[in-house]
Amino acid sequence: MEVRVAFSGPKSLSGKEFTYCPGCHHGIIHRLVAEVIDELGIQEKTIMVAPVGCSVFAYEFFDVDGTVAPHGRALAVATGMKRALPDRVVFTYQGDGDLAAIGTAETVHAANRGEKLTTIFVNNAVYGMTGGQMAPTTLLGQKTTTTPYGRRAENDGYPIHMSEILSTMRGVAYLERVTVSTPQDIRNAKKAIKKAFLAQIKNIGFGLVEVLSTCPTNWGMTPVEAQQWLLENMTKEFPPKLFIDRVGD
Amino acid sequence: MKKLMMKGNEAIAEAAIRAGCRLYFGYPITPQSEIAEYMSRRLPEVGGTFLQTESEVATVNMVYGAACTGKRVMTSTSSPGFSLMQEGISYIAGAELPCVFVNVVRGGPGLGDIQPAQSDYFQATKGGGHGDYRLLVLAPSTLQEAIELTMLAFDLADKYRNPALILADGMIGQMMEPVELPPMRDLSTLPDHSSWALTGAEGRAPRKVTSFNIDPYGLEEMNKRYQEKYRRVEREEQRWEEYKTENAEYLLVGYGTMGRILKSVADRLEEEGLAVGVFRPISLWPFPDRRLKELSEKVRFVFTVEMSSGQMVEDVRLAVDGRIPVHFYGRMGGVVPTPEEVIRAFKKLL
Amino acid sequence: MAKVEGYIEIDAERCKGCGLCINACPVNVIEFSEDFNSKGYHPARYKGEGCIACGFCYLSCPDVCITVFRGARKKSPVNV
Repeated sequence: MEVRVAFSGPKSLSGKEFTYCPGCHHGIIHRLVAEVIDELGIQEKTIMVAPVGCSVFAYEFFDVDGTVAPHGRALAVATGMKRALPDRVVFTYQGDGDLAAIGTAETVHAANRGEKLTTIFVNNAVYGMTGGQMAPTTLLGQKTTTTPYGRRAENDGYPIHMSEILSTMRGVAYLERVTVSTPQDIRNAKKAIKKAFLAQIKNIGFGLVEVLSTCPTNWGMTPVEAQQWLLENMTKEFPPKLFIDRVGD
Repeated sequence: MKKLMMKGNEAIAEAAIRAGCRLYFGYPITPQSEIAEYMSRRLPEVGGTFLQTESEVATVNMVYGAACTGKRVMTSTSSPGFSLMQEGISYIAGAELPCVFVNVVRGGPGLGDIQPAQSDYFQATKGGGHGDYRLLVLAPSTLQEAIELTMLAFDLADKYRNPALILADGMIGQMMEPVELPPMRDLSTLPDHSSWALTGAEGRAPRKVTSFNIDPYGLEEMNKRYQEKYRRVEREEQRWEEYKTENAEYLLVGYGTMGRILKSVADRLEEEGLAVGVFRPISLWPFPDRRLKELSEKVRFVFTVEMSSGQMVEDVRLAVDGRIPVHFYGRMGGVVPTPEEVIRAFKKLL
Repeated sequence: MAKVEGYIEIDAERCKGCGLCINACPVNVIEFSEDFNSKGYHPARYKGEGCIACGFCYLSCPDVCITVFRGARKKSPVNV
């Protein structure tokens, strides 16, 4: 049997080394997005809008046209871009602080307008880049650098469920929450990401995939422990689920 | 040329359409909501895109996104809304993106009121956002001029790859005057930004548009590039109007609505035998300091009048550089000074 | 069904020693190398045999360090 390559890195990545911490799931998610861009053959039509956060450099890691939005505003920047170039594929890549704290309004309204955009929402329950502060999705009881005694609802409110919120909006064409903590989950996450891009490409509506993701450094765990913690704790607060699929096959 | 009776806000909107702008994002705010309303009717007629946004913060970022593609794009707002746009404007200046803003200024600070004012001068010309950047700022005093300056704003924004601002006020926005509308610009004649715009890397290497650079020396190089541009703008784009300055003994300085009122002040003082000229800055940045310096060498004193606590007067003092006294009179809160009260204040200085 | 065979190549310089590939490998044929790469990490290393080319390591790698080959077995551990 002659040798052939079974798995190798996608073309749409620029090859630059990722600046993420060892074991951070951002890197897995980047690769999945790039694989989907390759498979859909849209690299030359795609424009990326990076957020402010750990993935602020993301537009350097993809071999596509790209820019970086002010913190929280990626979906507004993407809206302006898409309205100017309706035939291009525009996607945003955002963390939980960017999308669900400062950028809540931009997210809710882009989804509600049914913007033909695709968003990859990485939920790791902390502010990574700034050193592990509480995020809107921090779990109750979870310790962060700004909830040293654990998040307490009466002071810090409750973990916010963006996918559930967005699932009430008729402009949304594809919405799923996934994890990338097991090979099977990773395969499923890739399918979801492809569907979220197809929601845009087929001009149906807004596509968003919420990816539960580890943050070993700020969780204070090894990459493998973090993955385990995610599967045991985050998935209870944020159950992986397909909310909306108007894309079909 | 056919004259048309138009409201200032609508004249500005139509001017943008005639300049080839086909993208408008905006949020309602008195006293300029008519611009968005007009665009929502007009843009679909010319194959353009209008979008009402959820906030001025979203608006400025949509402008950023559209500007990344090299297309002509615009928004308009009023003082409180313009304050919400400052971070986005800093990004737009840092990413060197051409686009046009309109601030129809109203009484401030805070919620203030909806009357015309000029108390956003500092914010417009000294930078309301973070970092060393400049906005091209043009201040119309009539509706016809508002039309011409709106079109000029698009050309300068493209020429220098820089955000441009029309600094009007509630008076100009709400007033109606007969105007002549220039012909529609042929979109194929619009400047070509294909060398840098984000359009999807088809048949070329991918490119990035960004104000971000984690390396300070790299960021400093970017800033040097901006500063060189600003010096060039200061050399080449200073604009003003002079009225009866030939043998004036005294010089009144005011811009926009106030600049217009000062002409009638000068006329009345002339009837009383006083040789009073008016210097009306049209570009607020770059401030027309060269000509003002020359004029200050021929008059006894300068009398600056603004609808604010006195902001442009600082630039006037910088230009006059202590040669002669620079006096100030102003009203705040959206109160528009009458010619009579300006004349009374002027006479006290004699 | 004939046993699928293959091997993997790991970019030792790019690897950050996170261990996710080791954790994911169903046949436990990846280990940490004793030596360091230039970043100071112990990179992952293929033990040299037993790979079934399932790709779990490729899927789990956050830094796109692994290429998976299907076909003739390769004896020596290969690190690019």
